[in-house]
Amino acid sequence: MISIKNVSKWYGDFKVLTDCTTEVQKGEVVVVCGPSGSGKSTLIKCVNGLEPFQSGDIIVDGISVGSPKTDLPKLRSRVGMVFQHFELFPHLSITDNLALAQIKVLGRKEDEAKKKGLALLDRVGLSAHAAKFPGQLSGGQQQRVAIARALAMDPIAMLFDEPTSALDPEMINEVLDVMVQLAHEGMTMMCVTHEMGFARKVANRVIFMDQGAIVEDANKDDFFGSPRSERAQTFLSKILQH
Amino acid sequence: MHYNWDWGVFFHSTGIGSEIYLDWFIKGLGWTIALSLAGWVIALLLGTVLGVMRTLPGKILPKIAAVYVEIFRNIPLLVQLFVWYFIVPDLLPQGLQTWFKQDLNPATSAFISVVICLGLFTAARVCEQVRTGIQALPKGQTNAAYALGLRVPQIYKEVLLPQAFRIIIPPLTSEFLNIFKNSSVASLIGLMELLAQTKQTAEFTANLFEAFTLATIIYFVLNMGLMLFMRWVEKRVRVPGLIALGGK
Amino acid sequence: MDFSSLITAMPGLLSGMMLTLKLLVLAIIGGVALGTLLALARLSNNKLLSTLAGFYVNYFRSIPLLLVITWFYFVVPFIIGWLTGTNEPIGAFYSCLVAFMMFEAAYYCEIVRAGIQSISKGQVNAAYALGMSYSQTMRLVILPQAFRKMTPLLLQQSIILFQDTSLVYAVGLMDFLNSARSGGDIVGELHQFLLFAGLVYFIISFGASTLVKRLQKRLTV
Repeated sequence: MISIKNVSKWYGDFKVLTDCTTEVQKGEVVVVCGPSGSGKSTLIKCVNGLEPFQSGDIIVDGISVGSPKTDLPKLRSRVGMVFQHFELFPHLSITDNLALAQIKVLGRKEDEAKKKGLALLDRVGLSAHAAKFPGQLSGGQQQRVAIARALAMDPIAMLFDEPTSALDPEMINEVLDVMVQLAHEGMTMMCVTHEMGFARKVANRVIFMDQGAIVEDANKDDFFGSPRSERAQTFLSKILQH
Repeated sequence: MHYNWDWGVFFHSTGIGSEIYLDWFIKGLGWTIALSLAGWVIALLLGTVLGVMRTLPGKILPKIAAVYVEIFRNIPLLVQLFVWYFIVPDLLPQGLQTWFKQDLNPATSAFISVVICLGLFTAARVCEQVRTGIQALPKGQTNAAYALGLRVPQIYKEVLLPQAFRIIIPPLTSEFLNIFKNSSVASLIGLMELLAQTKQTAEFTANLFEAFTLATIIYFVLNMGLMLFMRWVEKRVRVPGLIALGGK
Repeated sequence: MDFSSLITAMPGLLSGMMLTLKLLVLAIIGGVALGTLLALARLSNNKLLSTLAGFYVNYFRSIPLLLVITWFYFVVPFIIGWLTGTNEPIGAFYSCLVAFMMFEAAYYCEIVRAGIQSISKGQVNAAYALGMSYSQTMRLVILPQAFRKMTPLLLQQSIILFQDTSLVYAVGLMDFLNSARSGGDIVGELHQFLLFAGLVYFIISFGASTLVKRLQKRLTV
């Protein structure tokens, strides 16, 4: 479904990604972790072309992200993305946040789009808030709406870029619950996160990145059982302490 | 429509003595610069006094300065110019009135009106900048000065204003550039500054594109030059070890 | 002072005010529209486009409005003549309107640019991630938020524009100030008429800026 081949990226002289190669199969859940500044957020943003890369290629559902001929907006409309800071559109109500791209990008009818949005809002347990504005919701609630907004586009895969790291601790679980449910339903997911509990519960594979490179790419059980690299071991021991 | 391009027009004789059209532009520029500088002196002095007044404790002085600012900011510059040129001279005592209207060269009386008008108009804006600059300083500065036994005038003169002016160099620069551009209203009461000379050249020669292009270039170059100069000044007067509060 | 002649002159003053307001409204619409395009150009990744827009802004910000008004009054009929091949005079109103639009666009551009830059990059990413094009992202997500933030500044600039419309006196257009001046000249009461005009400008500008300040407070809370 998503295949990342020898991707490298520079900011000027500074190399942020070094020869990254990995694959996410259909229905697979892959967790990407690593210390801050390791390039994991940059890598996931390359998958839907939000960040350009200079060498290598990424193929999503048979389409090359790096090719200048690719219709990026069209590709992005088929891949959902959830951001660290939610990025709901503050000037639009929750209903309109859910419906906007369905109408403008997919060309759905307004009532159809709203109906679909409300159904998904119900799924993330927030149907009571449909008429509110993003600023009136808690962080956890906003992030659940953001997930619903991405799902409303009927994505073939979902990208999560640190979806819980801007949340207060007591709100993390409500978001993770939605993600776990999604994984159980067979959604293809690539998640940048430090939530190792989530990784243990639903991930098929775990990728560990450091200094722009993929250091480890292993099955979940292998990763947690016996991580090979020293860096991954140090990282894990630090993270699992809390 | 037919048009005769001639970029050499500025070196043609105007038919008056040995003058060429370029001389008109130079004379006009002279008036423009004189108006701007004279107006700026008034604006800076009065504006500073008003700005200080706005930050003083008490009620009456800040209020007076605030009313001044509102009046001069909310009436169009041209209306203010008409008031100074058409109305105020009539209100002067008899002797002064005859002197202003008859003894003075018309260009001089127009010059005086425009300078007063530009000075008082711009003072309102300078006032707001000075106030912002003073209020941007930490309250501790005033307290420290009081604690040293300084009196209020000394606190402003020695402590607050020297710091405030450094902060507000960029906005003051743009106010000066505004007075420079605004001085073109003098053309509307017959003073032959740069814009009026440009118009006259355009009408005399029918080479309006060339005339207006030259005027535009003069304004543009002086503006850019002054801006760069003031950036240099700002760097020169920067206090070592202090990060400028007013942007980079 | 005797104000009876002011009452007689009221119809003339009113039609002057109508012209001022018509010029103002059209210049705001045109200026904001052009200013927004300029702001998008200045922020674009295309080097040529952003340099050109930057030059446009610096250029108009460094020359006097009165110069632009006079310039356009002389020159716009020529250019229209060349473009259309006719000698049709377009009249002072339209040459002034074009002058105000193009001049104010430089000032509106800087306000809009700051407004756009105040919206986080994450919003752009989120819109792109949903498959929106550049134009959809700007129209549906970024500009609606930016305009909300910068409304007070746009209004303040428009109040300055309202005062500046009086400069059309230079080309003899009968706006409010010029109607007052000529009305006063005719009856020999220039003083009263000019003071009255000043008072009207003051009330409108002061009232409007008081409202804008109140709006600004409400938006920042």
